[in-house]
Amino acid sequence: MYSAKIKVTLRKSILDPQGKIVEHSLVSLGYKNIKNTRIGKYIELNLDVPNEDEAKKITDEVCKKLLSNPVMEDYEFEISGGR
Amino acid sequence: MSKVKFGVVVFPGSNCDHDAYYALKHVFKQDVQFLWHKENSVGDRNVVIVPGGFSYGDYLRCGAIARFSNILKDVVRLANNGGTVLGICNGFQILCESGLLPGALIRNTSLKFVCRNVSLKIENKKTIFTGKFEDSSKINEISLPVAHAEGNYFCDSSTLNELESENRVIFRYNDNPNGSLANIAGIINKMGNVLGMMPHPERACEDVVGGHDGSWIFRSIIEYLN
Repeated sequence: MYSAKIKVTLRKSILDPQGKIVEHSLVSLGYKNIKNTRIGKYIELNLDVPNEDEAKKITDEVCKKLLSNPVMEDYEFEISGGR
Repeated sequence: MSKVKFGVVVFPGSNCDHDAYYALKHVFKQDVQFLWHKENSVGDRNVVIVPGGFSYGDYLRCGAIARFSNILKDVVRLANNGGTVLGICNGFQILCESGLLPGALIRNTSLKFVCRNVSLKIENKKTIFTGKFEDSSKINEISLPVAHAEGNYFCDSSTLNELESENRVIFRYNDNPNGSLANIAGIINKMGNVLGMMPHPERACEDVVGGHDGSWIFRSIIEYLN
């Protein structure tokens, strides 16, 4: 069993209003050195596949197909585990 | 007998399906049926409305799950064969996710759900959906309700150039409520048979509900297909 930890974030070119508002709040709490706050999604899933290459291939496929929208989002993932 | 057979898709979480059904059935006296998301075919329907709401709870991204539903596969087939498809609000988001329309709808820049009437400029009157505005050429602007949190249209610059040069931006906000690129409120596909729009024409078909500007869009479809 492999485990995938996937991060989906808004593409850098897209304004992230949620990140901006959270940053305003952080700055108003006194953390004036915080910059470039971006908010994304974190997805965890397990894959019952024979090897790591297969786990990578499937994770990449589902990221492209469903978990992210390439028009507005980027994704990255880490695979860990194995029998 | 009208040649137009409307279908209104129903997903778990759709909430404008009945408004669309009501307007078509009782205001425009059309042949209309609901299409449940698990059905594999739109049957004999030649115009499909993908309505507003929160399909599958809007989980993951608006429209992301609905895009893979049984019924939507057949809606895509219908669209590719020239059938008429109108996606409203969540329906517009679903059509973008499905690839029938380019771009995506992201969070409103205000981060707030906007629910009010907005003024729209009609940018192209030579479409299936806007022909009636051409007949009544005095109508260049209409007022329709919007109700969304993710209506901020986004696409890359080459897609925007293509949309603009092919006159595929159909409606534009006069006073942008969501931060949408180029004030875009509604676009059509290359073939001209698929329209996606954030404002709700089905909620504005009778004066008793505050206005009838939405009726021009449905009347255009009905007249065009007959």
